[in-house]
Amino acid sequence: MMNLDGLEMIAVLVVMGLFIKVLEQFGLFEPVGGEDSIEDDFELSTVCHRPEGLEKLQEQTKFTKKELQVLYRGFKNECPSGVVNEDTFKVIYSQFFPQGDSSTYAHFLFEAFDTNKNGSVSFEDFVIGLSIILRGTINDRLNWAFNLYDLNKDGCITKEEMLDIMKSIYDMMGKYTYPCMQEDAPREHVETFFQKMDRNNDGVVTIDEFIESCQKDENIMQSMQLFDNVI
Amino acid sequence: MATGVAAWLPFARAAAIGWMPVANCPMPPAPREHSKKQDELIILNVSGRRFQTWRTTLDRYPDTLLGSTEKEFFYNEETKEYFFDRDPDAFRSVLNFYRTGKLHYPRYECISAFDEELAFFGIIPEIIGDCCYEEYKDRKRENAERLMDDQEENKDSKLPNMNFRETMWRAFENPHTSTMALVFYYVTGFFIAVSVITNVVETVPCGSTPNQKDVPCGERYTVAFFCMDTACVMIFTVEYLLRLFAAPSRYRFMRSVMSIIDVVAILPYYIGLVMTNNEDVSGAFVTLRVFRVFRIFKFSRHSQGLRILGYTLKSCASELGFLLFSLTMAIIIFATVMFYAEKGSSSSKFTSIPASFWYTIVTMTTLGYGDMVPKTIAGKIFGSICSLSGVLVIALPVPVIVSNFSRIYHQNQRADKRRAQKVQKARLARIRIAKKGSSNAYLQSKRNGLLNELLDLTGSEEEEQHMNKTSSLLESQHHHLLHCLEKTTAHEFVDEQLFEQNCIEGAQFSRSPSLSSQEGFTGTCCTHRSRKRIPLPNASLSTTHTHTHTQGLQELSAIHIQCGDQPSLSTSSRSSLNMKSSERSRINCRGQQITTAVISLPSPTNFPPDGDGHSPANPIPAPPTINTTTSSNIVKVSAL
Repeated sequence: MMNLDGLEMIAVLVVMGLFIKVLEQFGLFEPVGGEDSIEDDFELSTVCHRPEGLEKLQEQTKFTKKELQVLYRGFKNECPSGVVNEDTFKVIYSQFFPQGDSSTYAHFLFEAFDTNKNGSVSFEDFVIGLSIILRGTINDRLNWAFNLYDLNKDGCITKEEMLDIMKSIYDMMGKYTYPCMQEDAPREHVETFFQKMDRNNDGVVTIDEFIESCQKDENIMQSMQLFDNVI
Repeated sequence: MATGVAAWLPFARAAAIGWMPVANCPMPPAPREHSKKQDELIILNVSGRRFQTWRTTLDRYPDTLLGSTEKEFFYNEETKEYFFDRDPDAFRSVLNFYRTGKLHYPRYECISAFDEELAFFGIIPEIIGDCCYEEYKDRKRENAERLMDDQEENKDSKLPNMNFRETMWRAFENPHTSTMALVFYYVTGFFIAVSVITNVVETVPCGSTPNQKDVPCGERYTVAFFCMDTACVMIFTVEYLLRLFAAPSRYRFMRSVMSIIDVVAILPYYIGLVMTNNEDVSGAFVTLRVFRVFRIFKFSRHSQGLRILGYTLKSCASELGFLLFSLTMAIIIFATVMFYAEKGSSSSKFTSIPASFWYTIVTMTTLGYGDMVPKTIAGKIFGSICSLSGVLVIALPVPVIVSNFSRIYHQNQRADKRRAQKVQKARLARIRIAKKGSSNAYLQSKRNGLLNELLDLTGSEEEEQHMNKTSSLLESQHHHLLHCLEKTTAHEFVDEQLFEQNCIEGAQFSRSPSLSSQEGFTGTCCTHRSRKRIPLPNASLSTTHTHTHTQGLQELSAIHIQCGDQPSLSTSSRSSLNMKSSERSRINCRGQQITTAVISLPSPTNFPPDGDGHSPANPIPAPPTINTTTSSNIVKVSAL
């Protein structure tokens, strides 16, 4: 008799447990402790960043008030939370180059804009970067371009870094180009670049070599001013 | 044009600074904004309700009505606003699309009214956001089905030029078309009924001779039943063959459910004919007779309700599956429990777990035959739990099935999952095509730009007007950006077909000896294709670029202007084509050596007049010539 009672007890417990499992499948009660994960997601997306005031930004950059207003409206429209992360950045940039793959170049650009290396570009970073490009002196702009090419920010551009940059630019052209894109087109372009820029032929281009060579090239000086009236 | 991120175009252009030190060629000049307008507020008056927005907001989508110059047609001079005589409620969604980039479908709106508004404002419905897209598609499908039903009823008039086969098929599918069809319909229905009743009556015990037990009628009147059966099967066979003959797609017909039912209905008879009097398989023969009952399914051609039931069951497959699964689980659980609970009692009917299945099923479906009952207390407790849970498990999926049935019944049609997938694919394909339009826009405008330049060569202002006539400022800025990229990498964007053509011809030409593909595969540059408005206003390039071009291809879509040393040729009328002495179009191609191996027209007189610029002026198999002179003026205008 006792054995049966014991067996019954166990059987009852087992059946109850299984019953609860079946009811869970119907969604009648949630397993306890599963709610936290949903709320964690909400935390991240409500990060909001408000930029500093217009006056401060006017001091830091060379844009007028109206220009800052137009820039901010566009910025806030695409990124309501006030900061751009890399993925959004890539998506936005890829809209302009429908035929190719602009994600690598967008990554490099992001690195160049994200001056404090926190993985997101706020409006201040954005506007300060643009101010250098659009309203800075030629030297400032050349500095910025050098900073863009120098991937590890060590003060000199190696051939590998330049090759990466070149490949990313060529990637933006996509597959359907005329003439057909050769495999070594970026490499050759890098060779040309180094021939022009590397004065002492030590295999790297330092900032001084870069600025000096660019200043000697009329084309480059002209094209650096091409986008002055973009805003 | 990139949609929705027009505000970031200035940033993308500024970021192009990164390409400048790398490029070997000069960049094209930026398009000038002829008037530096401040961003202004636009008033849109839609049937009296005024909406205000920035002009740049509307400019984000230049291929819609509000984003393009088309809205100027609606401009009201006196009130200085744009007036649209449309529904203001629907306009809210349209305007929100410009503001947020996402198009939403309001639930209260009628689907066809909404579609019309979208069509009016030039917005394709495919870009409705994912949050509202399902709803939109469902409503649209409902609407389409409703319209299709109405149409089907009007479709009864006979179309001309239908051959005999098509007439027959229509008669089969839709019995109301002609009297013959109706007669056929009723005759087959009658015979189906007769056949089913025969099968049933066959087994009824008829009166018997006194010294024998009751025999079924089938054995008593064998011949009569056999004749009846034969007649029915004849009719069914003839019907099946006629349908097979008339079907537009025989293969598809043979795979359809109804034809399989037809075959299954008549096959047992023929199999029976074939294997008569063979004692071994008579057992199988008896089994075959069971299949005769499938003739009753032939009624589904005659009954709409039966078809709907079939669709319902098919569409609720997942709910039915769930029901079955949970039932099975519960049965196994309870059977096991009952078996062990009743193991102790004597003369228990619960001899094994599978034997307990029967008890569990009967209890869970609340049948309760009473042939197996638990005797122990534990068994009774578990038995009651079993019956209570059975009610729950069965009751839950049933409302879903019922609602499905009623929906199908009202709609009379049901798109299954396969159609949804096709719709999804079609939707993605349409969005892809629209997106491709933006990359094609650049190529298109390149061609247009070149044509415009060729055809209209007089004063500078006219040219500027031409340029700005066809594209908005935003578009021209975007195209300028893409052009800079082309210059940086010394390659050009082409579209797919051209690319493939080039590759094919590249392979063909690669071995021609007269090809001037010499050394110099390095540093390809762009000058062989310099356009008129090229580079820089003050062009005093002193650097000589060596431009050799890896060209083994036939140029089929380019207007090539090779120029010589003198930038200011103005001698012949043709030269007005490629160069003017005015500064804007000075081509800085000093000291170049361009070697091409393709069609070229060395003598000016052969050149076709300007207007013909895009006719296939060059017959393809012209012998390839090598032009190495630096002072030749060669303009090649090939087929676009």
